[in-house]
Amino acid sequence: MSTDSRPLSPHLQVYRLPFTALTSISHRISGVLLSAGSLVLVYWVVAAAAGEQAYRTAAAILGSLPVQLLMFAWTFVLFYHLCNGIRHLVWDAGYGFELETAKRSGQMAIGGAAVLTLIAWLIAIF
Amino acid sequence: MAQFILPPNSRIQQGEHHGAPSGAANIKTFKVYRWEPDSGENPRLDTYDLDLDSCGPMVLDALVKIKNEIDPTLTFRRSCREGICGSCAMNIDGSNTLACTKAIDDIDGDVRIYPLPSMRVVKDLVPDMTHFYAQYASIRPWIRTQTPAPPDQERLQSPEDREALDGLYECILCACCQTSCPSYWWNPDRYLGPAVLLQAYRWIADSRDEDTGGRLDDLDDAFKLYRCHTIMNCASACPKGLNPAKAIAEIKRLMVARQ
Repeated sequence: MSTDSRPLSPHLQVYRLPFTALTSISHRISGVLLSAGSLVLVYWVVAAAAGEQAYRTAAAILGSLPVQLLMFAWTFVLFYHLCNGIRHLVWDAGYGFELETAKRSGQMAIGGAAVLTLIAWLIAIF
Repeated sequence: MAQFILPPNSRIQQGEHHGAPSGAANIKTFKVYRWEPDSGENPRLDTYDLDLDSCGPMVLDALVKIKNEIDPTLTFRRSCREGICGSCAMNIDGSNTLACTKAIDDIDGDVRIYPLPSMRVVKDLVPDMTHFYAQYASIRPWIRTQTPAPPDQERLQSPEDREALDGLYECILCACCQTSCPSYWWNPDRYLGPAVLLQAYRWIADSRDEDTGGRLDDLDDAFKLYRCHTIMNCASACPKGLNPAKAIAEIKRLMVARQ
């Protein structure tokens, strides 16, 4: 019998991903979102270079409520990627591999990102 | 390239339902992956309602009960029934573990049983382990020496040097960690995977081994070693409580340290 006809057993479809796996895929997704977000940053800088009229338009778009909400989300994504990146750095130094520690450091990365996001926006608003 | 969706011949279809015997009071439902190689059909998920009052405590007991009393064609590997042979590794309740050491009572709701994930299925719950064993053989998992053997005794090891192998030598090669790893799902042909890398480190860490440099040379590869992204599914799945992610990090550290 040809072994090519053998089915592939289910993986993502049936696996219950542990918390550490969710923080891992979130790290990757946040990296992709930040790449997209950097385009907005480029738009802002280019508009500033293109002259007063262009910058006025850009400032109006970026200051609108939907974009501000997006910016808030991007801020959280940025700080999550930063905090979880530090977590990876600690792992690369050889620490924090016990399951309980890895779970707690993941919670700290999410909590830290939330706190930093709030601080950043409080500074921006006031 | 990562393949997130199952190929057409691997999609799971609704299977048969085997009800509990009349008068059964303590019923638990088991959903079991079935594939018959000679049928030409896709895999299916069969449902079995078992009376737990006449069943042993472990998931393996339930599988044996199904095979003995309901369907003798149900196929799975098992041997020691006490967590040391690694034969009955499978995906139970969304996580890889040994059927013989997983208590039925620890599972809420229906018990879903699949073969180890992202493996070619031979029949029912039996995956083809050929590639995994070939990867294990590729690290040449034995002591490699350059000095001549002592003429009148074994190569000795201090108790401290022996302790360095704790958490490594206990691995039973069941492949629970190997097949829990998304990186291994996407790159099984090139990434060695958590079980094989833990074994690679087991020989690097052995004070009697004299080929650490050669072993690190062999592993210094973007795919063989560095597909590990510390997802930690391996450590979560290991039925022996080992930590392949930590062993892989130690190899990465040695790579940096020797530069």
